Amino acid sequence: MLKDITFGQYFPGDSVIHKLDPRMKLILVIAYIIMLFVADGLLPLLVGAGMVVLFYALSKLPWKLIIKCIKPILPIVIFTAVLNIFFVEGDPIFEWGFISISGKGVLTAVLMCIRIICLIAGSSLLTYTTTPIALTDGLERLMKPLQKIKVPVHELSMMMTIALRFIPTLIDETQKIMSAQKARGADMESGNIIQRAKALIPILIPLFVSAFRRADELALAMECRCYHGGEGRTRMKQLKLTAKDWIAALVVAGGFAAVILINIYGPGVFRL
Amino acid sequence: MAKKKNFIEANRISFSYPSYDGVIPPLVLDGVSISISEGEFMAVLGHNGSGKSTLAKHFNAILIPTEGGVSVNGINTAEEAKLFEIRQEVGMVFQNPDNQIVATIIEEDVAFALENLGVPPEEIRERVDDALKKVDMYEYRLHSPSQLSGGQKQRIAIAGIIAMRPKCVVLDEPTAMLDPKGRREVMKTIKQLNEELGITVVIITHYMDEAAMCNRVAVVDDGRVIMDSTPREVFGKVDAIKERGLDVPQVTELCHELKKEGFDLPACVLSEEECVAALESLLKGGAQNG
Repeated sequence: MLKDITFGQYFPGDSVIHKLDPRMKLILVIAYIIMLFVADGLLPLLVGAGMVVLFYALSKLPWKLIIKCIKPILPIVIFTAVLNIFFVEGDPIFEWGFISISGKGVLTAVLMCIRIICLIAGSSLLTYTTTPIALTDGLERLMKPLQKIKVPVHELSMMMTIALRFIPTLIDETQKIMSAQKARGADMESGNIIQRAKALIPILIPLFVSAFRRADELALAMECRCYHGGEGRTRMKQLKLTAKDWIAALVVAGGFAAVILINIYGPGVFRL
Repeated sequence: MAKKKNFIEANRISFSYPSYDGVIPPLVLDGVSISISEGEFMAVLGHNGSGKSTLAKHFNAILIPTEGGVSVNGINTAEEAKLFEIRQEVGMVFQNPDNQIVATIIEEDVAFALENLGVPPEEIRERVDDALKKVDMYEYRLHSPSQLSGGQKQRIAIAGIIAMRPKCVVLDEPTAMLDPKGRREVMKTIKQLNEELGITVVIITHYMDEAAMCNRVAVVDDGRVIMDSTPREVFGKVDAIKERGLDVPQVTELCHELKKEGFDLPACVLSEEECVAALESLLKGGAQNG
C-alpha cells in the first residue's frame, strides 16, 4: 500500500554507519561531494568510488540498493556522457563526416559518469541509513548558528517534522477521498491529460479542506502542550559525537587528502 | 466526605465568538458557574452546539471568557504571564488522535510538551518512559504513529499530556472516533488516571455509558448548565434528559420503561451488573409471589 513507503527511503539497520551522528554524516556527505569535484583524473575518482564501496560495505545494506538509486538518474548519466563524447574538443581519434570524437571527450565522459554515480550513491547512503527525523534534527542543530542572522531554523525544522508526520495520514486520506469520489462515479483513469488533471480537482479540494482543518486542530493541541516556538526549548535526545564519528571523519579526510595529493603529484595518465 | 478544595472555578462566565461585519454573535456560554474539585471524575453532556466544548476550552485558557472569570488552582486564566503554568496544570486531549500527534516517533511525541517547557533531557527521558508505562504503551515507544490503531494513538495523546504531570485532564470527546475496542481501552486508561494517579478528569462525551462511569455529571444545554449532580440523580430524570435531545444509558432506559409498565424496579439503574441484579431479584420475587 501507498502508506508503507518509507519516506526518504530509510532502511533500518544496526550498522556503524546507521549509528553515526546525523550531523557528522551530513558534513561528511558534503565533504565527499566537494571531493568528487576536486578530483580531476581517473585515479582520484577511483579513490572516491572506493570510499563509497567501503561505506556501503560497512552499512551492511543490500548491494542492489546502489543500483536502485542509480536507475532513475541513468538517463541523465547517459545524456551527459553522450554530450561530452561529442562536444568536448581535442585531437580527434575518430572522424566520420561532421562527427568527431576526441580522446579527451571520451575521458571527460567516463570521469563525469563516475562522478555522478558516486555522488548519487554517496548521498543516497545518507538517506538510506538515517531516519528522516534524525536528518531533520541534525540539520536543525547544524544550522543553529544561522539563527543569529535571523534564519528561522527551529520553525523550518518543525515544519519538516510535521510534514513528515502527516505524509502517511494525508496519503491515507487521499485514498479514502478517491474511493469516495469513485463511488460517486468519478472517472480518473480515462481521457487525455487535461481531462485527467480536471478529474483531480474533486480529490484535491476536499484534501485541502481537510488539511487545513487538521492544521487548525494540531495548532490547538500544540498550544495545549505549551508550544511557544524554539525559545527555551530543550530536547530529549541529545546528539553526541563519539569515537565512531571521528574515525569516519578521519577516513573521509584521508580520502580527501589522497585525492588532492594524486591531483598534484600523481601520474599524468587519464587526466584532464 | 470533607469538601475538597476547588481546583477549577468558573464564575458566571459568558462567552461569544468575535463578531464579523457588526453582527452581534449569539452567546455560546451564558453565565455558567461551575466548580470542579481535585480528584473528581466528571462528565459533561450536551448535544452538538450546546457549548460543552467551548466550556471545556475555558478550563486551560484556550478561550478567555468575555464576561466573568475562570480560575485554575487560584490563578485567573486571563493572566497571560501565567499561561503555561495553567496549561501545565490542566491538560487537554481532543477528539481526533491523528491531529494531536506532532512527531513521527511515539516517544518523541510524548516528549514534545516537556521539550517546550524546557525540562532537562535526563528528566524528559524519565518522565516520558513513566507516562508511556502509565498508558500501557511503553513497548510501542519507537513505533511511528501510522502503525498504531486509533485507541492506541489516543492513549499516546493522553501520555503526551500526563508527561507534563498535570493535576487535571480535560478530554473533549476522546472516544468519538474510535471503534468499541479502542473506546474500552481509552476509557480504562482514563479511569486509571483518576483512580490511581488522583488526576482530576473532565470528560466531554456523547456516550451515556461513559458518563455513567463518572462520579459527577453536568448537562449543558444552550450555553447553560442545566443539571449538575451524580449520574444516578441525573439519569434518574429520564424524561427531562430525553426532552433535551440526549439519551440515558441503555440499561437505565430499559429499567425505566419496565418501571413505567408497573414492574417493581429501583428508580435508577446505571450499570449492566446493577440491571442484571435488579431483574434477577424481580424475577425471583415474581416467582415467589406467583
